[in-house]
Parts: sequence; structure tokens; C-alpha cells
Amino acid sequence: MAKVMPMNIIVPVKFVPDLVEELKINDAGLNLDPDWVRLKVNEFDEHAIEEAVLLKERGMGSVTVIALDADCAEDVLYTAAAKGVDRIIKLCGNFGEGVNSHALARLLVPVIQELQPGLILTGVQAHNDLDGPLGPLLAEFLGFPYVGYIAGVSVSDNQATLRKEFPGGLIVEMEVSLPAVLGIQAAEQPPRYVAFSKIRQAAKTTPIGEQSILDVDCSNGPVIGRMYQPESSHRAEMIQGDVNAVAEKLVEILVEAGAI
Amino acid sequence: MKQVIYVLIEHLRGQVSDISYMMLAAAHRIAEETDGSVVAVLLSHNAQELANDLFANRVLYFDHPALADFSPSAYQRVLGDLIYENKPRLVLFGDTTMGVEVAAPLSVRLGLPLVSYCRSIHTQAGALKFTSQICGGKIMAEGDLPGPTALVTMIPGSLKAEQGHSAQPPVVVWATPSSSLDDLPVRFKRYIEPNVSDVDITREPILISVGRGIQNQDNLPIAQELADALGGVICASRPVVDQGWLPTTRLVGKSGKRVKPKIYLALGISGATEHVEAIADSETIIAINTDPEAPIFNLAKYGATVDLFDLIPVLTENVKLAKQAVKV
Amino acid sequence: MAVSPVSQRPSFSQTFYASLQKLPDGERIQACLQCGACSGVCPFGYLMDYPPSKMISALRAGMFEKVIKTDLVWMCVSCYACTGFCPAKIPLTPGLMTRAKEELLLAGNVPVELQDALQNTQRYGNSMGESPRKRAAWVRPIEPPVRIMSQANRPVDVLWFVGDYASFHPRVQLASQALARVFNALGVDFGILGPEESSDGDSQRLAGERGLFEMLAEKNGRVFQKYRFNEIVTADPHTYNALKNEYPALGISYPVRHYTQYLCEKLDRLQPLLKQEVKARVTYHDPCYLGRANGVYAEPRQLLQSIPGVELVEMSHNTTDSLCCGGGGGGMWLDGYQWEQAHVRLSEWRVREAVSAGADILAVACSYETPRFEDAAKMVQKASRLIVRDIAELLSEALGNGKGDANEHYRSS
Repeated sequence: MAKVMPMNIIVPVKFVPDLVEELKINDAGLNLDPDWVRLKVNEFDEHAIEEAVLLKERGMGSVTVIALDADCAEDVLYTAAAKGVDRIIKLCGNFGEGVNSHALARLLVPVIQELQPGLILTGVQAHNDLDGPLGPLLAEFLGFPYVGYIAGVSVSDNQATLRKEFPGGLIVEMEVSLPAVLGIQAAEQPPRYVAFSKIRQAAKTTPIGEQSILDVDCSNGPVIGRMYQPESSHRAEMIQGDVNAVAEKLVEILVEAGAI
Repeated sequence: MKQVIYVLIEHLRGQVSDISYMMLAAAHRIAEETDGSVVAVLLSHNAQELANDLFANRVLYFDHPALADFSPSAYQRVLGDLIYENKPRLVLFGDTTMGVEVAAPLSVRLGLPLVSYCRSIHTQAGALKFTSQICGGKIMAEGDLPGPTALVTMIPGSLKAEQGHSAQPPVVVWATPSSSLDDLPVRFKRYIEPNVSDVDITREPILISVGRGIQNQDNLPIAQELADALGGVICASRPVVDQGWLPTTRLVGKSGKRVKPKIYLALGISGATEHVEAIADSETIIAINTDPEAPIFNLAKYGATVDLFDLIPVLTENVKLAKQAVKV
Repeated sequence: MAVSPVSQRPSFSQTFYASLQKLPDGERIQACLQCGACSGVCPFGYLMDYPPSKMISALRAGMFEKVIKTDLVWMCVSCYACTGFCPAKIPLTPGLMTRAKEELLLAGNVPVELQDALQNTQRYGNSMGESPRKRAAWVRPIEPPVRIMSQANRPVDVLWFVGDYASFHPRVQLASQALARVFNALGVDFGILGPEESSDGDSQRLAGERGLFEMLAEKNGRVFQKYRFNEIVTADPHTYNALKNEYPALGISYPVRHYTQYLCEKLDRLQPLLKQEVKARVTYHDPCYLGRANGVYAEPRQLLQSIPGVELVEMSHNTTDSLCCGGGGGGMWLDGYQWEQAHVRLSEWRVREAVSAGADILAVACSYETPRFEDAAKMVQKASRLIVRDIAELLSEALGNGKGDANEHYRSS
């Protein structure tokens, strides 16, 4: 098998509102109220980090994780370092009205180009991607190909073989020329646990490379005219009572539906 | 001049996907309000019959060997040229494993606005507006779809796939790609089949679905007992399958299967968008979840907030008794 | 067997063995006679490849790497049975088993369920992944209202450290509400921290996450410093254990009592208020962290005996040899894993004992136990009528506050 040049694997991560917390809309009705938003790393980005570290452990190269400055940025970056990520970078600046996926992609381009990437992994989507996911936009700005919904990667020569997920459990094997951007759906193993003491250790020993960003350019993303929480226009008929009452009523429903 | 709405038809191994039909239905709604026309864009090879029941004013059929199987590179080139040359008002893509990686790069390549997670498009005072559903279904965002051309990736909304089927075959116009389809950076290699020895949940009339609320793999047997008593089959939402407690053939959701059973009993499932969109066509959805605010109650016909571990054994017993009574 | 390479650096086994001896009373491990009492009394000892005594012999043979490769150490529920019975008084639970789990954790050998609980604790300050903002939601039905320190702006006599399960778990919230009612009836001047409270971290510590425990302790310590109070009282024995035995080493030291000790001291004022009869045979389960680990056996029993109508019976394992419910040491978050290995649940064993003792009610004094034993009672046929109640709930009932979810009659005969 042809030897693979050690390459730079880059993982840009995105922070999203934590849905465990109650979300509220701001007074203008245009965006989430920042006082109520608690950010966390996009779950799919954790899979991207895991996949990158797995590739590193197979001797494919070194891993760099990049994030925008936010309350949770240091935690996320130090945790990544504790998992084996080689370099962690934080982008600082004035984020103004907000950074959508197009803006984030534009910000990342010069930073990533400087790192001479062989492979870029990012979570396939985030739940607040109103203007599309980061991966394909970033790829196009960089002039790289993109494939999403990836659940397996192997690299040889100047290309990667990918397992792309389709509905119904079908997998399509695809080949992409490197450098490329991949949207990770699932890493080949669940994101590993790292002991808190190791994260603390990383916080003491791993420097965060800080870079300043210039302007935030959100163009080609939609302008929100109104944001609101959906009224449930439909509501299930709630069956009251204890377990016995519920079970009885359910059997009635099932009999009526012809299931019994 | 008539405003044109393109719909990129998604198909896999001889079948057009439900989201494609839903988008056609949505496109027609918009066309009616704006005096527009709907053009279905179909890319394939030796597969014109896929166009037969597409509800469109016209089908643009691109036939080329490089389009025999999906490749985002090939699709981007064809669509990119098409949009650039014809400047349609809207281009609708599925918010899916195929649609997103065609739409998003084109947003950058052609400098066009992109809106995702879109549930519906309507007109207001002559302007086209989108309504998208983000944050796991908890937040709705609305806004303008600016001209001259906007790209939209769509999720299932209130329209049904049937509304996008046409009784009469539409007019099909053959087209050739403007750019070469050689040297694609992303190339199709082969299909890897899922384990087919398992049951096909899309054909089962009674589904008992377990979610995070089942908590542990060792709690599955009690759900299985209920399924057996009812003559149904167990399936699950993503968290259960991710843990490996059930195979991916049992996954119900955006990345799994769409199901349309008679009865869908959801146990300990919260109702995240990706799951709910795959069960929306079920006849009767019954949801059991201790959280009265769980989004699944917005879709289910019946619900209860009792503890599923308390309910299942009692329900299993009652079902068995009821079945015996019916036999007698 | 491979011959170890000659090396001047100490082996993993040697380093580990040396580290154990640095812990409090850790040097006693040298006195291990290999009698095997620990492995024998361990509820899951029969399943482990390396129950405590074998682990020590593996250490001495320089074979600790083998121990780290197995994951059966996760069967340990930190119940202190081994520690209680060791003739050489080796602190096996904190001094060996916990340290072994720490090594496993560092090596990444952790069941997924436990990972989730630990990650939730780190992010949300509770193992359930609930929003910390909702930590005091349980107080809503209580009149007079429960004081939340950040809003109270005044010192209190008692700071009630509520704990994770007592704050968020729907079943255990009922016990918290009951205790609040008892405090109110006695006119106790108390307050809670609400959203400022983080998990005490003791079970996380025993599950091998020393780093996480210290972070939580430091956080709680900073919050304690903001307020003035005379003592801390808690309903959770794990919290009690942490605050009494572990936090002081980190410089966080306050007088702390379990609520049974606190109320027992006030029995002369409480007893006259217990007017409603609770006619039942009640057996008391000694929680590992109140009983074996901290020697509190009498006070909970005294409280129960003060309730009119209660007939106290003992299970065959009680006080020092009480059977663990299986929730400690991370056990709450390892149910799936432990079930896969053992196909028995310790809580079911205990519930059977309660029924054999002729009890109508199984009384508990730990936040893990009401849900654990109620689940177990559902699975064990002959225990289907067994009622599980926290002592606070029985006291609240005896005060005339009603039975809550209870059945009308406790007595089965």
C-alpha cells in the first residue's frame, strides 16, 4: 500500500444553543435572547474531532481544532487537546450581530489555508444552521470538494475512501480527491471519554493559538424577519389516570383501530 | 415573464424520494400564488421513467453516464450551469444527504442566498417568504427569499407526498449538461447493502418504537413482549440505535426509515424533528412520555405521561386478555 | 509468562502500589494476609476477575496491567462491605477500588452510560443532564415557601444541601417536599442554594473521577463562602460523606449532619407533633454511606420508632452487614452494564429481604433508594405490595400531611 504523507487534519467546530435550557426570543422578535442561551459544541463536531483523532492514531497526520471565541470555547478546546488534538486555535474579534455559517466559512478560509490542510472534518450539520451547514460552504470557499453524512474514512495516496450514509441503512462508498472537506455524521467509534484531570492538565500545558478575525460577512444568509416559538396547533388527546386506566383506554383505541 | 421554480428530484436506485414529491407540491402552491411554473430537474442515466408521475409543468431530464449514480460534483456542475443560464426564481432541494451538498456549494459558487430547514414557502404582499424550523423543532424563523434567485433546502412540512404525484405523465424535455462531467473530484464507487435478513419496518402495520426513555438495553425485552403480544415489530429512534441496542434496519428517522404504519406506539421518545418527520404519515400515533412538554405530543393523536416502565407490563397483560376475548 | 524487561524505572504496578500507600491509612495494604474475606463479602465479588484480594496479589506480582485491561472493576458499587470486614483494616474502598477505577478512567476504559453521567455532571452540575436553572423547581408547592439563599439576603441556621436526585428526580422530589414540610412544622430556619448548588461529587469521585470531584467541591466551596449559616444538613448520605470526610482536605470545612441526626436531636419537640398514626410494620435499610461508612445506625431507627403505629422489624442483614442497593460508586449509572454481567440486581435481593422480614414498608434515608427499591419491587413478584418510603415522608405523614402517593392501607395482613 502506498505510504501516506503525514497530513494536516483540520477540525473547525461550531457552538450552538444548548437545547436542555429553555430558549427565549429577544424583545425585537428577531433572534434568541442571549441571556437565556447557553452555548455548547455541536454534537456532530464532537464526532468530527473523534474521527480526526482516530485518523491521527492510525498515523495519518496531526490534528488542529479551530473555534470562535465564546464562553465554552476554552473548555471545548482543552478537552480536544486532552483527547490528543495537537493544536488548538481560537478566533477572537467583534462578532457583531452574529455569525452565520456563510460568515464562519469566510472567517475560516485564511486561517485554514495557512495550515495547508490535507483533510478538513466538520460535523455534518448543526441544529441552528438556518443558512446551511458549515462544511459545504467552507469547501466551496476553499475550492475543495465536499461530501457529507460520512460514517467512515480511510486515506491513501492523495484520496480518501468514504462511507456515506443514505436513508434506510444504505451505505454508498465514494472516493474523493484530497484536499477535501467531509461532513461527519458519526465517527467510527463514539466520542471517547477523557478524565477531567486530563482536561485540567491540558489547560495548563497546551497553549491556545489566538488569531484575530476581521469583518464578519453574513451575506447570502437569510435575514430573519421574525422568530418565534411554535404554538402547538395540534395537541394529542392526553389520557388521564393511573397506569391501569391508561392501559385500558389504549386497548380500546387499539381494538377500534383494528389492531386487536 | 413567468417565475420559474426548479425542484431537484432526488432518487435512489429507481425510486424517487418522498421529499421530492413534497417539494413539487410546495412548488405548485407557490406557482399558483405567483403565476409561476414548476420545472422538475431530473439527473440520471437511462431512467426517464422516473419522470412519469412527477407533478410538474415540465421535466428537464439530463441523461448522462456520469449521472447513473449520485455524485455531488456532477450534480453541482449540471445545476450550477442550469441556474446560471436560466436564473429561476427559486431552486428547491431536499435537506438531505443528497440535496445539501448540491445546494450549499452553489450558494457560494453563484453568490446566491441559501435558506435551510425550510418547512414552507408562501407569498405576502407579493414577496416570497420562507418559514424554517430550527433548534430541534423548538424555534421558527421567517424571512424574505430575496431575488433574483434563491436556493432553499426543504424538510417535510404539512404537505403530503401524494400531493406531488401526477396522474398524467408530464412533458419531458431532454437536456445535455453544459459542462464536461469528466474528472469529478467526488466519485461513486459502490453500494453497501444494509443487513437484509432483518424485518422491513416500512411494511409493518404495528410498530412499537423505543427512544432514550428506555434507558438501558436490558429493558428492551419488556418492549419486545408488548410487540409480540400485539403482533407488531420493535423499532427505535436514533439514540437507541447509536448505542447498538438495535440494528440500523430498525432506525426510524431522517437518517433511517420513513414509516407509515397503522399504529405507531412511541415509548420514551421526545419527538425531535429528525424523528417526527419520518413518522408523520402514520395513521395513529400514540406517545408515552413523562414530560408533558415533549414535542411528540404535538404530532401524536393520543398521549399519556405515565412512566413507560409501569405501563408496558400492564398494557401487555391487557392486550393478551383482549386478544383472547376477541378469539372467543 | 513474558519476562519483564530490566528497567530502572518503576513498573506501572509498583507506581500504583506506592501511590496507594500514600492515601490515608494506605500503608496497611502491606499487611494484607490474602484471607479473601473482602472478595467473599463483596456482593459482586464472584463476577470480578480481580476482586479486592486478587487485585492486591496481582499488584504484588507486578501484574496490574492485566487488571486495567478488564472492565469488571466497574461491578464494584463502593458499598464498603470489603472495608468493613477486612481484618487488617485496609481502606479497600477508598484506597484500592476507587484508585483502580481512576486508572481505568484515565485509560478510557469506561462504560458509555457512566461516561454520559460524568459528562452531564461536568456540564450541568448534575448527573441527569437537567438544566441547573430548574434545580429548585421542586419547592413550588411548599408553604411557607422554601428560602433560596441568593434571594434571601440573610443568614440562616441550617443550610440544606439538597443534592442531585433529591432536586430533579420526580420520585425523590416527593421526599424533599416531605422533609421541607417537617422542617416547617418544627420551625427550622433553613435555606437551600437552588441553582447555585452543584452535585456534591462523591459518587463521581468513587467512580474514578477525582478531578471532576475536586472541581465540584471547589465550586460548592465558593458558594458556601457567600453565605452565613451554622451548619449544613442533608438528606443524601453521599453528600454527608463528601462534606464530612472529603471536603475538609480541600479546605472546605463545615459542621454537617444527616437529617436523621438533626431531627433526632429535636425529637422532644417533634414527637408531640406526630399525631397521625402510621399503622405498619416498617423495616429500615441502612444506606452504605450513612451506616457502614459513617457509623450512623441508631438515629434513623429512633425516628421511626417515634411514629405512632410503627412496628420496627429488622431484615436479616442490617446495620454493619446491611446489603447495598447497588447505587453507590457510580452504580446508579452502570445499571445496564452491571445487569449484562450479573443478571441480578442488588436492589431486588434487598427487597426480597424486606418482604421476608414481614415488612409492609421499606424505609430509606438515601436519595438513591426510593426509585431503586420501587423499581426492584416492581420486578420481584412477592414484593408487589411493598411500599418504599423515605423516613421524611413517614414523618410528614405522621404530622398529618397526608400520604401523597401511598395506598390507603399499609398493612397487608
